[in-house]
Amino acid sequence: MFYSPFIRKPISVSQIMLRVMLALIPAIGAYLYYFGPIILVSLTLASITAVATEAAMLKLRNRPVAPFLQDNSALLTAWLIALSIPALAPWWLVVVGTAFAIVIAKQLYGGLGNNPFNPAMIAYAVLIISFPTHMTHWLTPAMLIHADLGFAGQLAYMFGNVLPQNMTLDAFTMATPLDTLKTQLHLGTAISSIFGQPIFGGLAGQGSEMVAVGFLVGGVYLWATRIITWHLPVAYLGSLFVIAGIFHLIDPAHYAPPLFHLFSGAAMLGAFFILTDPVTSPTTHKGKLIFAAGAALLTYLIRVFGGFPDGMAFATLLMNICVPLIDLYTQPKVFGKKEQAR
Amino acid sequence: MTQLYHFHGGVHPPTHKALSVRSPIATPPLPSKLVIPFHQHVGSMAKPLVQAGDYVFKGQLIGMPEDGLSSAIHASTSGTIAEIGMQVVAHASGLPDLCATLIPDGKEAWVVREQRNPITLPIDEIRHILRLAGIVGLGGAVFPSDAKLRGGKHHVRTIVLNGAECEPYITCDDMLMRQRARDIVRGGDIIRRVLGADEVLIGIEDNKPQAIAMMQEACVDRSSMRVIAVPTLYPGGGAKQLIRVLTGIEVAAGVRSTDKGVQCFNVATAYSIYRAVAFSEPLLSRIVTVTGNVHKPQNFEVLIGTPVDELVAWAGGKPDTTHHIMGGPMMGVPLPNDQVSVVKACNCIIAASDALFPPAPPAMPCIRCTRCAEVCPQELQPQDLYWFAKSKNFGKAQEFHLFDCIECGACSYVCPSHIPLVQYYRFAKSEIWARDNDKKAADQARERHEFREYRIEREKQEKADKLAAKEKAALAAKPAASDDAQQKIQAALAVAKQQAVTPKNVSDLTPQQQAEIADIEARRANNQARAQSDAGT
Repeated sequence: MFYSPFIRKPISVSQIMLRVMLALIPAIGAYLYYFGPIILVSLTLASITAVATEAAMLKLRNRPVAPFLQDNSALLTAWLIALSIPALAPWWLVVVGTAFAIVIAKQLYGGLGNNPFNPAMIAYAVLIISFPTHMTHWLTPAMLIHADLGFAGQLAYMFGNVLPQNMTLDAFTMATPLDTLKTQLHLGTAISSIFGQPIFGGLAGQGSEMVAVGFLVGGVYLWATRIITWHLPVAYLGSLFVIAGIFHLIDPAHYAPPLFHLFSGAAMLGAFFILTDPVTSPTTHKGKLIFAAGAALLTYLIRVFGGFPDGMAFATLLMNICVPLIDLYTQPKVFGKKEQAR
Repeated sequence: MTQLYHFHGGVHPPTHKALSVRSPIATPPLPSKLVIPFHQHVGSMAKPLVQAGDYVFKGQLIGMPEDGLSSAIHASTSGTIAEIGMQVVAHASGLPDLCATLIPDGKEAWVVREQRNPITLPIDEIRHILRLAGIVGLGGAVFPSDAKLRGGKHHVRTIVLNGAECEPYITCDDMLMRQRARDIVRGGDIIRRVLGADEVLIGIEDNKPQAIAMMQEACVDRSSMRVIAVPTLYPGGGAKQLIRVLTGIEVAAGVRSTDKGVQCFNVATAYSIYRAVAFSEPLLSRIVTVTGNVHKPQNFEVLIGTPVDELVAWAGGKPDTTHHIMGGPMMGVPLPNDQVSVVKACNCIIAASDALFPPAPPAMPCIRCTRCAEVCPQELQPQDLYWFAKSKNFGKAQEFHLFDCIECGACSYVCPSHIPLVQYYRFAKSEIWARDNDKKAADQARERHEFREYRIEREKQEKADKLAAKEKAALAAKPAASDDAQQKIQAALAVAKQQAVTPKNVSDLTPQQQAEIADIEARRANNQARAQSDAGT
């Protein structure tokens, strides 16, 4: 130890990543309760893939493997991917997504701290473009399910691609509420009657809205423990609320209420766990507000006017590109140099 | 209640101050030798006035301040000068510097001192006294106090006495305020008088209630002087931060605080100013906290020049000490060895061990979490500065206000990737300075060369003009003059020419002088030829 300061706060990247993973527990709990234990399988698959590909890439890049595996960043990416895509899908879906995220989106850009794009959102984008059908079969929540496949049956489908006779995938999966809303609106149904359908709950989708609440709870924990600041989630959710609110006020029959947008799709996950990825978001406070507001606007536009069921991933990636520019133009004034500028 | 302002960021490292305030300031016995550097201050080195073998009295001037920014150096006790030579000194550079080695005779025989009344003493004389007493800023900056008391173009309204002492472990100012509050306040009076300031604000962090009480008691009868408890928040004792907290004024980098009507002095400096002015006591000793890996952490009144190993031994140094740190754990400097001596900048010696300061884990990549930006008291973007310093993009680093960094270490302290951020900024700063110096030298050389070219050209031109004028004159004279006259003119011209070629002060020379001139001319011609060939290549 040759330089000052000789003391440091007991905190590490590894601990920060672990805390974020801890903050995902409420959402995973809600997932388990409403959609069954299959999510644990996809979380495990993603984790194994992430660690294996990260280790292999570190080895290939001649980087020390142990310290970088211990930083937990690959595991966190894995969990975020597993929570972003349908849990019940052929095993290779989550494996391909995670491997792409770690190998291409993270390690090829230089590894931890050097990736311009959020790896989890890259995985989502790659999967939805490459395997759109698999990405639209979401588990039906337990209370709406008509034909129970059972955990063993789910595993058989996941790893063997076999379904019991007389059973189709549609019996226990469905489109997301966002997707359903979009399709129904295209058919000319009014919002009020769409929301009367059983898959919609009090806020957004049955079950999935509670997972969103889980993300919100975890996000508040992250804010309370100062892992994240309020800027990104508040600006994102606030902007989304305002934009959705304006459209809803103008035409309530065709535009869903703002709370529906906040609690459906990846909005809550994105607000607290995706946009807040420090590597791919701006560093200045003002920049964070601009970044999140832009992401909210893009999310809404893609959801309502675009071709994809959710806009979070593409909104994040598009805003990721703007980060260096946003940072450059939002540099705060430094100590003692504020008055002169005014 | 006084309105307090706050500065951005800051951190709360564990203070460990309770260790060293359990017993009063102690006076250690005379050390076996004193090694007194001649350069302990900002500005030029003091000129040595003594030689090896000289006997000196305690308080005798042994280093005379040079013109301009400089300060005096004194014999800290009476004894014999054993050596004047280069020795490694307590400084971040770890380089040797000129020092006097003094072997104490144990008599503590003082030079003649006089008592003076600081109230009636002319202000110019006070500055002169301080300069010759070697008084410098004891907060660590060691800037000559007489220079700080010269004021500026603007009226200094407020004096800030800095008793914040925000660095962990250090308690020397705390103990000084507890035990010698009256003399500090009297020093404050002198400073206020010299600068003609309206008020003196004494800022002390609120984790030092006893010091606050003693200082309040000491200045209770002074309406222009107030003790203000400031929140404990590192680096609240940085001059810029304390000025901000007490007055709301932000002194930007490169701006003099006097231009904003404020001047800041450390409480220990105020104390030394009073002792120097009232009792002709030069700066011979200072309070040093000895703490860390020692049996009895404590404050000592230490003679300047005392070897660190002897000082630490009095506090009971433990055997597993790996090295010593001068200053606090946030901004301190690791000492090059244990034999270096206590200098005026030395407020604290921390005996370090691996248990006390475990080595940093290997640095991870920056994840741009901006914890550093959240704590930066100068409101910089340390993560960007790190990026630019690392990629040696020094222009960008300057654009992002690298030189506003006060190197407080708050960013490194909170970095979850354990990146030695301050080290990167120091590196970038020194690289930029080095390049600036290189550029200056190159600019100077180019200017000189260009001027020389211009001069040669001008001389050529002048010669040509002279010749042309002469020819013209000759031509004009021709038709009017007869052949006879013409011949006379020719003769006169020849003489004139002769004279023009050989100027008067070069005629009638001794052969020796001529040889010298020839020699010089030859060298010049040689140089010219070389310069031309250089320019040609």
